[in-house]
Amino acid sequence: MIELNNIAYSYGGGELLSDVSLKIAPGSFHFLTGPSGSGKTTFLKLCYGALVPTSGHVELFGRDVREMSRDDHALTRRQIGVVHQDCQFLDHLPVRENVSLPLMVSGRENLEQVSNLKELLSWVGLGNRAGALPPELSGGERQRAALARAVIMSPDVVLADEPTGNVDWDMSQRLLQLLVELNKMGKTILIATHDMNLIRAAKGHVQARVLRISNRKLQLAGADL
Amino acid sequence: MRFLNALSAVFVGDAQADRVVPPTGYTARLTLFAAAAMAFLTVFALALSLATGRLAQRWGNELAQSSTLRISAPSEQLDAQTDAALAVLESTPGVASARALSADEQRALLSPWFGPDLPIDSLPIPQLIEIKETEQGYDTVGLRHRLQAEVPGAVLDDHTRWRRPLEKAAGRLRFLGWVSIGLIGAATAAMITLAANAALSANAQVIAVLRLIGAQDGYIAQAFVRRFTLRSLTGAALGTAIGMLAIFLLPAAQDEAGFLTGLGFSGASWALPLVIPPLAAVVAYLATGAAARRTLGELA
Repeated sequence: MIELNNIAYSYGGGELLSDVSLKIAPGSFHFLTGPSGSGKTTFLKLCYGALVPTSGHVELFGRDVREMSRDDHALTRRQIGVVHQDCQFLDHLPVRENVSLPLMVSGRENLEQVSNLKELLSWVGLGNRAGALPPELSGGERQRAALARAVIMSPDVVLADEPTGNVDWDMSQRLLQLLVELNKMGKTILIATHDMNLIRAAKGHVQARVLRISNRKLQLAGADL
Repeated sequence: MRFLNALSAVFVGDAQADRVVPPTGYTARLTLFAAAAMAFLTVFALALSLATGRLAQRWGNELAQSSTLRISAPSEQLDAQTDAALAVLESTPGVASARALSADEQRALLSPWFGPDLPIDSLPIPQLIEIKETEQGYDTVGLRHRLQAEVPGAVLDDHTRWRRPLEKAAGRLRFLGWVSIGLIGAATAAMITLAANAALSANAQVIAVLRLIGAQDGYIAQAFVRRFTLRSLTGAALGTAIGMLAIFLLPAAQDEAGFLTGLGFSGASWALPLVIPPLAAVVAYLATGAAARRTLGELA
């Protein structure tokens, strides 16, 4: 599904990641931890083809990212839902349209999908906020809207970068619960977070592998959950 | 065919996709204004080009169908030579009519230079004979030889030396008119490209979000192309309408004012400016498409 083979990534003259390999199997659940600036976001970007490694190979669904055109990348991203740390919305569009943007750009917007959209917004607890503009949302609402947008195309993989970074503990629990539910539906989940409490909270709810980026290397952080 | 399909997709459009790109005030106004101003100028350049074309044709026709015979002779021989010249002309194939100008007519011709009280009888002014030609025209060389033999004081002016430079000048003016239209088109493309580049740069974040969620370059470009094409079409339609109104309100063609009052459209040529808005839309479509492809490549 997502395979990184001996990759390195340099930025601004310094090497951020070195000799990193990982194979993400379908239906798996991964946490990625590490201190701020360790390269978690870079790692996630490499996982969905937004960045190309300076050496090594990244394969997404069996295809080398270096051999993919920009349009190929776009098509691949429809199979990988991404929740960004800063959410990245179009501020002039209401939540309902922001969430359904992936459908719109892929030409898959139809009545059935619109009906799914309502269910999806209710599932993330934004049923009554569908008409609000992104700047009107709280941090937790933004994260949930971003999660809804990431899964509306029913992607095989969901990558989340610090999804609980700007929310309180209760809300981070709610978001974790949503991601666990997605995993139980068969989706592959990779969450980058520096919040160890979140990882501990997942214990008992999901079988997850915890990875850690330290000194430019990817390591297994203790035993799996 | 592919181009036409793509262009028609711009007009059919996708209302929801249009909303993906936020409305940007100043690029919208800039495009509208540029397209309107350029269309207005194109209407005038077109009118100029058509007017010079008509003028060249009129001058050519008028001068081609007539010629002048000038008889310079001592006053006691002038009448005899005039009669002899008229006799030669009447028997020349291709000459429809020939007549000697009266003293009053000659005075009228000279009055712009010498005033109305010219004592024409006391001046050694040559006699002029106006010759009207048939459609086929006459043999200029043959006529000159006959006149040389029978009317030694006659000089034939078939207007060639007037007509050629006038036709050449009118042709150059017409060419300049078309060059102006071409330059206006190029300037329109340049301005729309600048406005499109500004809009694309201002929306780099929007483009990043669209890419994040799997939008292909064609979808992103189309949102900008459609917007700029429709703005250019609207602006050019406004500019064309104002330009046509301005041409319509120009004074009617008069002989006294000559070329200046002849600047305008006549008959079916009024339909020609209607081509300007669709052409502006095509220019905008191509310019924005190229700008979008370049910017999306740079933002990759």
